[in-house]
Amino acid sequence: MTDVMSRTRVLLAENPVLAIVIGTLLMLAADEAIAPGFASARQISGQLTVAAILGIVAAGQGLVILSGREGIDLSVASVMSLAALTVGNVMGGDNALTLPALGVSLAVGVSARMFNGLGVAVLRIPPLVMTLRTAGVITGLLVVLTQGQTSGAASPLLQGFIGQPFLLGLPGILWVWVVLIAGIHLMLTSTRFGFNLYAVGSNDLAAELSGVRVRWTRIVTYGLSGLFSGFGGFCLLGYTGTVSVGASEQYILPSVIAVVIGRAWSWW
Amino acid sequence: MIARPGLMTRLRRNPISLAVALLVVLIVVNALLQRNFFKPGIMLSNLTTFLPLMMIAVGQAFVVKGGSIDLSLGAIVSLVNVVVVVIAERVGGTGGVFMGMAAGVAAGLACGLVNGILIAGVRLQAIMTTFATSIVIGGLALRVLPQAGGALPAAYYITYGGWVVGLPFVLIVLGVLVGAIGWVGRSAFHTHLTAVGANRQGAYQTGLPVARIRIMSHVIAGGMAAVAALWIPGVTGAGDPLMGQAFTLGSVSAVVLGGIALSGGWGYVLGAVLGGAILGFINNIIFFANIPYQFQSIVQGVIILLALAAGIFVSRKPG
Repeated sequence: MTDVMSRTRVLLAENPVLAIVIGTLLMLAADEAIAPGFASARQISGQLTVAAILGIVAAGQGLVILSGREGIDLSVASVMSLAALTVGNVMGGDNALTLPALGVSLAVGVSARMFNGLGVAVLRIPPLVMTLRTAGVITGLLVVLTQGQTSGAASPLLQGFIGQPFLLGLPGILWVWVVLIAGIHLMLTSTRFGFNLYAVGSNDLAAELSGVRVRWTRIVTYGLSGLFSGFGGFCLLGYTGTVSVGASEQYILPSVIAVVIGRAWSWW
Repeated sequence: MIARPGLMTRLRRNPISLAVALLVVLIVVNALLQRNFFKPGIMLSNLTTFLPLMMIAVGQAFVVKGGSIDLSLGAIVSLVNVVVVVIAERVGGTGGVFMGMAAGVAAGLACGLVNGILIAGVRLQAIMTTFATSIVIGGLALRVLPQAGGALPAAYYITYGGWVVGLPFVLIVLGVLVGAIGWVGRSAFHTHLTAVGANRQGAYQTGLPVARIRIMSHVIAGGMAAVAALWIPGVTGAGDPLMGQAFTLGSVSAVVLGGIALSGGWGYVLGAVLGGAILGFINNIIFFANIPYQFQSIVQGVIILLALAAGIFVSRKPG
């Protein structure tokens, strides 16, 4: 008996994904027991839609954390709000402007986060304080610009993409989420950038000596994570219809927690 | 024979020199904006305002030097604050105030102990653990006192802002704080803590009780946050369950500005005191520069980023 238990433990420890799937199923069962109907297909799809935004943002957070040297980004929420507010005002509820708005959100996310990357990689400011302070500046800026009011409007197209069934009864955002997961996995396991990122994250001195452009890799990683925050902001706007400054606060620490639960964590 | 490094090199390698330089710059700017800056009364009132953050930053510094971090310090401040005010009010009189203070400090130490056991004993990840405990502790604070209010006897804040045995009370507190840092700095515990922070594996293999040392650092931080919380009603005269929040990340910023590496094992704890003063002066400058209210957080963020960027001129950590 103890043998089975210890073997299960080793199995779960070696396969975090399996552990997470089992944990999720257990929680779903508990939810169903407490509130019958929770495990219905509709409800699960709704839950996944909410989770997808966090999942997308957390993917960017995971990349930053992988890049090592105490990498963390606490500016996710402010960048999301920045992207969502910019996009909402660009789009103004117009279907035709949805795609250009997507481009804007990604550009906003990347440039804001590249700034963090520069501070961390070039000025060697610890990421925790660097990202926290840029978050303060961005939020302050948004408060001035929006006067604390909600602003901007999502186009019906975007709202449908987040909320309405698209393929096999699931909304479009879930399919994008799946594609993004596959894309990140491919990037990390079979591109030069992915290998460089792991090298920089586990030992940046050794990476530098073997010819990896450490600073550049870090800056690109922060920028890339901004892509996910920008897109997260875009989706958040689609989910809620209109956005205010504080709308994304709830994503800061959960994005880190999601990474920790997913075990991409190597420091502290 | 290796030549002794020059003065500039030594300054660059000293973790605390950046903090000193920043402090000098800020004091000059502050003195230009605030005419009566060097009057003893004004300097004391500045110190009165800065002291709580300095203390919390010192607690954070011990945790960070040991290679951990505590994001629940602000919540601990809130909890202790309301515990002191509520107990002092319920019991009443001088006895009640002292009972409240004792209970508050005990609560702070207990929170630190829980954090330490979870992080060093159960080996949970520090940022997440202390973030989670901060939610629990903050919830407790709201349970103890749901709304800001309550009042301490006037003697409490009169003592805090007043003079004891011929010296301003806050100056005595600062003296005790710096003295205590110096005393701990020379102890074996401090050497062990630095070793644990710099190389946990190595410290363990040398036979140091790593878990106990790390737990101890969290208990110190909880205690410092509690003691800091005792001074706050000395400034505001009341209890507020939400007042501590700003202290958590302020203390981390102060530690970094004080030249202490967040990766552990590098820097002087005294730097945290300077870091706290730096943040205090920045707030002062923003106030006296008459910056419109809605722009204050932007300006504050930009100044702190610039101060952090100045770190490029010093080495953050060898290697």
